[in-house]
Formats: sequence, structure tokens, C-alpha cells
Amino acid sequence: MAIRDRLSGNEAVANAMRQINPDVMAAYPITPSTEIPQYFTTFVSNGQVDTEFIPVESEHSAMSACIGSEAAGARTITATSSCGLALMWEVLNVAASDRLPICVALVNRALSGPININCDHSDAMGARNTGWIQVFSENNQEAYDNMVMAYRIAEHPSVMTPIMVCQDGFITSHAVENIELLEDKVVKDFVGEYEPEHYLLKDNESIAYGPYAVTNYVMEARRAQLEGLRNAKQVALDVAREFEQISGRSYGLFEEYRLEDADFAMVIIGSAAGTAKDTVDLLRDKGIKAGILKIRLFRPFPAEEIAEALKGVKYLAIMDRCEDFNGNCGPLGAEVRSALYNKNYFPKTINYCYGLGGRDVTVDSLTSVFDDLRKIEETGEVGDVYRYLSVRE
Amino acid sequence: MAYNLKQTLNKEERLSPGHRMCSGCGATIGVRNVLRGLHEGDEAVITCATSCLEVSSYMYPYTAWKDSFIHDAFENAGATCGGVEAAYRALRKKGKVKNTHKFIAFGGDGGTYDIGFQSLSGAMERNHDMVYVCYDNEAYMNTGIQRSSATPMYADTTTTPVGSVSEGKPQNRKDLAQVIAAHNIPYVAQTTFVKNFRDLHVKSEKAIYTPGAAFLNVLAPCPRGWRYNTPDILDICQLAVDTCFWPLFEVIEGEWIVNYTPKKKLPIEDFLRPQGRFKHLFKPGKEHLIADIQDEVDRRWDDLLKRAK
Repeated sequence: MAIRDRLSGNEAVANAMRQINPDVMAAYPITPSTEIPQYFTTFVSNGQVDTEFIPVESEHSAMSACIGSEAAGARTITATSSCGLALMWEVLNVAASDRLPICVALVNRALSGPININCDHSDAMGARNTGWIQVFSENNQEAYDNMVMAYRIAEHPSVMTPIMVCQDGFITSHAVENIELLEDKVVKDFVGEYEPEHYLLKDNESIAYGPYAVTNYVMEARRAQLEGLRNAKQVALDVAREFEQISGRSYGLFEEYRLEDADFAMVIIGSAAGTAKDTVDLLRDKGIKAGILKIRLFRPFPAEEIAEALKGVKYLAIMDRCEDFNGNCGPLGAEVRSALYNKNYFPKTINYCYGLGGRDVTVDSLTSVFDDLRKIEETGEVGDVYRYLSVRE
Repeated sequence: MAYNLKQTLNKEERLSPGHRMCSGCGATIGVRNVLRGLHEGDEAVITCATSCLEVSSYMYPYTAWKDSFIHDAFENAGATCGGVEAAYRALRKKGKVKNTHKFIAFGGDGGTYDIGFQSLSGAMERNHDMVYVCYDNEAYMNTGIQRSSATPMYADTTTTPVGSVSEGKPQNRKDLAQVIAAHNIPYVAQTTFVKNFRDLHVKSEKAIYTPGAAFLNVLAPCPRGWRYNTPDILDICQLAVDTCFWPLFEVIEGEWIVNYTPKKKLPIEDFLRPQGRFKHLFKPGKEHLIADIQDEVDRRWDDLLKRAK
């Protein structure tokens, strides 16, 4: 029987962690910090989990301890936000290269500076090319569900790649919403025991992690790593199908909302997708064929599937909650355009930077994006291909 | 168990030959002898900071380590080893690990005194059941003999080169063993290679088998960085302790113990003279620089004796 509750995103994810009952958690509260480790250590203190908690002295050490622990054969978890993920950056690469299926619960918040504690995706996007699987969530339910599915994807023998489960700072992490939790035993059975083949602490067997590799081996190592990451796409779909059987909730690589016959579409990530859906409903009421593609799996990027889903779209807005400082576009903008180009689909496309540092995203602001797309239809002119939404200039 | 030199030396080597460390390297001598502190039958997980030791002992696809081994990055051997140790507690609890495993981290002075200092301090404060061993060769030898906070005053390094207006490194070296002792962990010791290695063997065994965090600071000369005649390493180490430049001591549960007091304390020149990195100090008119070093050595030795009273 599912359990109906009202929880913040932080509580929802902490509860998923309690049900997973990982062997080790290492965490540090950088500013801005997430409440997830606080909730979780309460479970530790009250004997509700068997987890060894390591109260490290920085996020760099959090990820370093996670690497040691996971390599030692223990299912290992951490949670962080913003600058904490940035501080981990060096060793995120090591974790992925060592093929250690660590899980990070990431609460997406702006990177400094100026220092800010609110939502944007600059933290996750900054780490998008470190070799980790990245899954994004629209709301508390999705954050919980994605956390329950995380280890099944990361630990799959064909994947063995670390995973980041992302939710939006404050909007999702601190807002209390209705949620359906699974029973503890259902989650436990679904996630299963972690039984790696080789690990540092395996009795009577030695293994070495983290070699120095000369030119002769690095390309092969990277190529093998890529294969594991790519395999996560199919595994994520397989795991989602199994998850639907225990939860009744269905997940894909992305969600299409009223997209099938849409002329005007928006590609978006995270909590703003909820606002975008409301916007689309209002536009549809006026007879405007609008739709949404909401990214769930960002790494590996399901380029072909996304291009196919956007095949019939004539006017497209790609929404980046992050400034990438390449001078031309955001990271999602670059990925989606590239996916479409490779398939010879050329909708008239604009890319927006929006919602930085917690800037409000409203039905009005997203309606203005669709208005811009309709202007392109009227005039035939795309104009500026990279724009800022709701900014004072 | 009483110390027995023959038995200790007859233990099976845990670092295989065939690694690529320089001949006469102090780090390798240190590692092989620290590992003799392990009891036969006990398994170990070795953590290694990025260093000469790491890049020369585990070059894909070969490893010289018979025990399980992990290298993570330069600045995080303390945290990484702490993670392994926490995993051990978790997996023991679940019955997934049955054998006894011990946890030893190795880092050079760069990875320990400097970039890895925060990670080390954290691991010591959390009192993980582990030993952190610094093989201190007093500079960043792996990257080309750059100065570290362990480099002695006036040493010639590639980032404190002696020049027309430079006498080498202008600052004194950090006293890391004292800093780690201030963490009030169960066991801290300073040692090097003297006589029959008893001091190193005994301290290694104590460090490995003392429950909780332990720290060993091992002076491990580097023939390339220090520029002495390579076969003379044991003479160099003996001079380091006989001049009181590198005192042998332990801090057990907060109690300071000096393990060796030279019958005749030798002048610091005796330690400096055989080393090319101090060659410029022996030119006429530089006597005051040697006097500066002597003053600092004397001050620290007196301070140590006071602590040990």
C-alpha cells in the first residue's frame, strides 16, 4: 500500500535514502547546504538505518570519502548543492573513471558569485561532463522516485557509473507537497543488495584502483567509460518499467506534454516544467498548438530520441536555467540544436537563459516565450537566437 | 609481542620489486619497512596520495602492491582512507567482510603538509582507525623539486632557487608531527632510517595496531632533490637525528616521549654539508645563514625536551 504524505523535496529524498539504507554516507554542509544530511543523520541517530555517517570537513572530502567507501565495496551516498558540487568537481571525474556507482542527491542552486542560495542549474550543468549520469526531477514525487531508481541504474553491470539525482533548490527542496511513498519493504526489495564483483575489502583478494596510465591506455579507458554511460539510457528505461509495476508511475528519458501535434514547443528542465505545462494548457484553450518536452535524463543525453520527439515542431524555445558563458547559448540549447542538426530537423529555434539565482518563472513569463515564437511565425525572422528572460537591461 | 629484528625482516615483502622508483629512494625504503609492521595474515588497504610513490608503483596495467590499493587524487588521501575504513565498519556489521583489514595511507610532504592538509586534519579529528604515513622528503620531488612547507630554510629548490638576491627558501619548515599531535589522536610518531630500523618497525606496528587514528612522519631522503651521494642515505638519516634536525619521538595519548638523545649533539653543518641543496651555505661569508638554521634546530630541540619532561 502506498503511503500518502506531505513532504518537502529534501524530506522526500531523505526518506528514499532511509528506505535504501546505504552502507555509508559522507556529507558536508557548504553554503548553501541542503537539509538532506540533517534529516538522514536523524535516521542514523535513531537506529532507523545501518549507515555509517562520515561527517567530513568539506565537500571535496565528502566525494573523496565516497570514492574510498564505494571502492571498498560499500553502497555509498552523499548530498550536496551549488558550490559543494563545484568543490567536488576534480574527484567527480575520478569517481566516474573508477566506475564507482556512487549516488549524489543534488539540490540545484546557483554557483557563486554573487553568492546566492536559490535555484538555478549552474551547479549540475557545471558538472555535466564529468562522466556522471544526471537525472532531473520536476517535483517532490519525481525526486523521490528518481532516488529510488538511482542505484538500479548506476549499479547495473553494464553501467557501473555514478549518478546524480537533481531537484530544484527551494522550489522543490523546501516546498511541501503531497507525495506518495512506497512501503519500506517494497523499496528494499526493488533496490536489492549491492553485490560488486571486486572491491578493496573483499576477503582474500586484492584489487588496485586509480592507476597512473600512460598515453597508450587513456583513450581506451575513456572509450570504455563512455560505453558504460551510454548503456545507462536503456537501463534507465528498463528500471522505469519495473518501477511502474510497483508504483503505477511511469517514466521515460523525457516527458512529452501535448507535444504530439505541437507547432510551438519548449524544451525545459526541472520545476519550471510544471509552470510550462500550465502555460501550454492556457495556450491550447486559445487554440494555439503548444507543447513541452521536459528533460529527465540529461546525461547521457538522449539526442536521437529528443530529435524524433521534436520532429514535427516548427518553432522551438530551449530553456536554460544556467549561463554557460560560451557567448552563444546555454548547455541545453547546444545539445538540443546539435541533436536536431544531426537528424536534419530545422525548426526555427531560440534559446533562453532564465530563472538564475531563483528569479521567478511564471505563467506570464513563459507565455511571453511562446509569444516570441508566434512573432517568429508572423515575421519569418528568428532574430536574436540567445535571449535572457525576465531580466532588467 | 617483543620486537625481533630477524622475524621482522623475514616477513614477506608487501611491495614487490619491479616498481619504477629511483634507486636508493627513501620513500620505497619507508614503505617496505612500514608494511613490516603488519601482522602476517592481516590484510591491508593502502591509500596513496598522488606522488612519486603512486605514479611509480601503480602504472597501468601493473601494480607493485600485494595488498588492495587505492589512489584517488593528490589532496585527499586522508578522506579517501577514512571512506575505506568507514566501509569496513559497515560491511563488518553486515557480515560481508570477515577477515581483519588494516588501513594505511601514504603521502609525500606535498600531499600531506600542504595540499592534503585539510583532508588529513579531518581524518585525524574523526579518529578513523587508520595510519597516515608521511614520507617526508622535504619538497615536491614528483613534479620537479619545488619547495613545500616541509622544505628546510635556505634549501635550494626549483621554486626557491639560489640566486644573486636569494639564499634559497626564506621560511622555516612546518612542524607537522606537532600539529597532528595537537589533534589529540591516540598515537603520533616521528622516525627515520637509523641503525637496524628498529625505531621505524616498532613505531609502524604501534601505529597500525593502536585503535583509532595514528600519524607517522618518516624522514625519507631523496637523492635527486637533496643531491647527496645516493648510497649514503643511512649516514644522512643518522646525521639528521644526531644533529637533532630530525628528532625521534612519540606522542602516546598526549604524552611526549623522546626516543633518542644523541650522546654528542653534532653541529647542523654535518647534516647540511653532504647535500647539494645546501652547497651555497658553505661559501665564505654565509656562516650567519648556517647559524640561523642552528638556532632554529636548537630552539625546537629544547622545546621538544620540555614537552617530553
